Amino acid sequence: MSATHHHHEEQDFLFKYIFSQDHKMISKQFLITGFLMGFIGMVMSTLFRLQLGFPGESFWAIDFFLGSWAENGVMAPDKYLALVTMHGTIMVFFLLTAGLSGTFSNLLIPLQIGARDMASGFLNMLSYWFFFVSTIIMLISLGVEGGSASAGWTIYPPLSALPQAIPGSGLGMTLWLVAMAIFIASSLLGSLNYIVTILNLRTKGMTMTRLPLTIWAFLVTAILGVLSFPVLLSAALLLIFDRSFGTSFYLSDIYIGGQVLEHSGGSPILFEHLFWFLGHPEVYIVLLPALGITSEIVSTMSRKPIFGYRAMVTSILAIAFLSVIVWGHHMFVTGMNPFLGAVFTFTTLLIAIPSAVKVFNYITTLWKGNIIFSPAMLFSIGLVSTFISGGVTGLILGDSALDINIHDTYFVVGHFHIVMGLSAIFGMFAGVYHWFPKMFGRMMNNTIGFFHFWITIVCAYGVFFPMHFLGLAGVPRRYYTNSEFPLFDNMLDINELVTWFAIVAAFAQLLFVFNFFYSALRGPRSSQNPWRANSLEWTAPVEHIHGNWPGEIPEVHRWAYDYSKVDENGEYVSGEDFISQVVPLGPNEKDGGH
Amino acid sequence: MVALVAIVAVLLIVISAVQTLKIAELWAINKGKVIYEVTKKQNKTQALLMLVFLVAYFAFFAWQVWKWGDLMLPVSASEHGVVTDRLLNITYAFIIPVFVITHIFLFWFAYKYAYNPNRKAVFFSHSNKLELIWTIIPSIALTVLILFGLSSWNEIMTPVDSEKEHVLIEIQAQQFSWNARYAGTDEKLGRAGVEFIEGVNAMGIDIKDENSKDDKIVRGEIHLPVGVPVQFVFRSIDVIHSAYMPHFRAQMNCVPGVKTQFNFVPSITTEDMKKITNNEDFNYILLCNKICGAAHYNMQMDIIVESKEDYEKWLAEQKQFAEN
Repeated sequence: MSATHHHHEEQDFLFKYIFSQDHKMISKQFLITGFLMGFIGMVMSTLFRLQLGFPGESFWAIDFFLGSWAENGVMAPDKYLALVTMHGTIMVFFLLTAGLSGTFSNLLIPLQIGARDMASGFLNMLSYWFFFVSTIIMLISLGVEGGSASAGWTIYPPLSALPQAIPGSGLGMTLWLVAMAIFIASSLLGSLNYIVTILNLRTKGMTMTRLPLTIWAFLVTAILGVLSFPVLLSAALLLIFDRSFGTSFYLSDIYIGGQVLEHSGGSPILFEHLFWFLGHPEVYIVLLPALGITSEIVSTMSRKPIFGYRAMVTSILAIAFLSVIVWGHHMFVTGMNPFLGAVFTFTTLLIAIPSAVKVFNYITTLWKGNIIFSPAMLFSIGLVSTFISGGVTGLILGDSALDINIHDTYFVVGHFHIVMGLSAIFGMFAGVYHWFPKMFGRMMNNTIGFFHFWITIVCAYGVFFPMHFLGLAGVPRRYYTNSEFPLFDNMLDINELVTWFAIVAAFAQLLFVFNFFYSALRGPRSSQNPWRANSLEWTAPVEHIHGNWPGEIPEVHRWAYDYSKVDENGEYVSGEDFISQVVPLGPNEKDGGH
Repeated sequence: MVALVAIVAVLLIVISAVQTLKIAELWAINKGKVIYEVTKKQNKTQALLMLVFLVAYFAFFAWQVWKWGDLMLPVSASEHGVVTDRLLNITYAFIIPVFVITHIFLFWFAYKYAYNPNRKAVFFSHSNKLELIWTIIPSIALTVLILFGLSSWNEIMTPVDSEKEHVLIEIQAQQFSWNARYAGTDEKLGRAGVEFIEGVNAMGIDIKDENSKDDKIVRGEIHLPVGVPVQFVFRSIDVIHSAYMPHFRAQMNCVPGVKTQFNFVPSITTEDMKKITNNEDFNYILLCNKICGAAHYNMQMDIIVESKEDYEKWLAEQKQFAEN
């Protein structure tokens, strides 16, 4: 009998931790895989920052991590491009798309809308495993002959199509495309599941206008993903055809390696259109979940309702709508019709309006609040700061006349790392600190969290703010070194400073890693509602049980933001500064912040 | 051996960190604290740091402008660049105050409204009036920016009037160099394509085309006459490149299979720019600004702007295609 028993336990382990269909476990799988990839992406960036800060100098770290990519501890120029390419790919897709959306959509959607699980647990499991396979293939591509993809994360053909143009466009590029195709399948499975779940499985009383803003953000993100990722898939498929089956969708009039290629009639510009039709909404696929998380945390930790709930929802919708009609601003200097350029300038600058509304609403939420600075709150405030700092420079880049001179310079690198990279990763950190008790039943250490936040934000601005100045001086991005140009000789001290900040920032993340694992294993146990928050996930028990709530799913009677609500006498309605969504409305009480 | 010592050292650090943390937590529990709650003291410190950060952030910004401000590109060396630079300044005048003011509010409120158990947060959930104000004000500001932007864009993108005096230059990009061809006396560029590339005919010019005969191919540097409109036509024979001439506020991609164009009027000669920048070695450059392969970082050509007379003298010295 003991053999059967043993077998049973084994199966339990396999299905509980590996092939789990439970959204809470899948969420953790996404988180760990995403962070692992993010860590790899961060190490890559530190290595190429070493090359940029100290061009041509030999480093033990470069030698140790890169091996044959770097002879004598100095990376080869085409391998520098490989690192830049993989850093971008990993950070944008693996960390900030799958890692962020996959973690928090999975964790919070069923818990915050009051559902037992996702609409389809099986598809949800598939979504993770597709992502996992994609991760493995992408990592394998780092080790193949010729190196990984090296044509930039935007993989514009012909550079990405021709191994003669750069060694990384051989097997490395093939694996990149295969990995991304599988990644897109994963993303679609996940997104469809999120949409269906949110629309169909809300508990009694959970109307759309009572949904927490996190859920609104996840819903709109998923819709954007479903609309735009298939376009990237088609772009990738056509590129696979061009590379492997001799078609000419993107290729024409090419003389390389001493011969004229057979390809004729295609246009690389077509690829750019298809790529950016995903590429731009992708920015908001990354950003919106972070903004949703921040809305929730800013309100909870200010002990105040989020200001302008309806305006927040409207601005999410407006941003999402505009984001699919602005992709051309990545292509102002491709020679496209100037009239089109004008249209894209117009739509692009319009995005500033809903973005500004969001910022003003966050700030007003802080006003006359009662703010508790948990690490999650610090990162949320940090996000508002990066969203402003990176957002305003968007008005320069989005303006076609100005873009001409700073297109593809370091100005762009500074801009998007702040507005999209930092904002999204700050949102992700905030989410982890805030919902850690929901994931692991334990609390993270605040003191380490404080250090993590302050070192990170100082170094992050130290890395990315100076890049604007490089860009305004005309320094192009994706240069292995600037030392070939006398014009850029006096930029070296800027690059050195940036590299130092990058190194400190990278080491500071070890604080987070330590805090994460220490707290998950040994941290103090959490109470059911440690932040004294209103939303539904805090009515579920700390222990993870299948189906989330023992017995009936609670009914919802109010919106999620009744913090510090007072009656006519100025006393708290509930006797405390928060009222859970499951508490019925009082006789004179109105819902939704009225 | 070194690796082993390093691993042991890291392990020891982690173990001691775990133990320290554990002791600190037990200590706190002993004192009857809920250890994961942010303490009053911690909250006060964090609030203060908000203010410190605000000041430090602005100081860092100002320091960078002071330290690196004069590393920026000098005045525009093209006529349209003056318009672009003005537009950039208008945009700065809008975004820098927005950046400063919103940051002041953000961090000041964070500092001012730190948790105080004797105070209640104000239940202020919406105000249509406020929402309207901060929708309309950005809308107006953006309308101004968009109008300025679009009129500048139209001005820049209008092609050169082919009836008027101008110079026609074709720039061909390839891994990892630039070739240039002047249209010659007929002001027409002869046919060219990758199928004609052979031996010295690296630009792939059709020898049989009448228009090709007087075309002039130059390498290494191009010369431009000051004050005369220059019409550039761009080609690439392998991957996408981008012809970036930062001092002229000019950039256009070079795309295989597609001809692109850009034009500008050079307004400051190289000699004058040497005086303006106070740099004897100053040179205008054309550099590649689209990832194009391993040596992308070193794909450049010099540009020399000179008086019309000097330019014509230089051009006359260049060989016609038919002479090669």
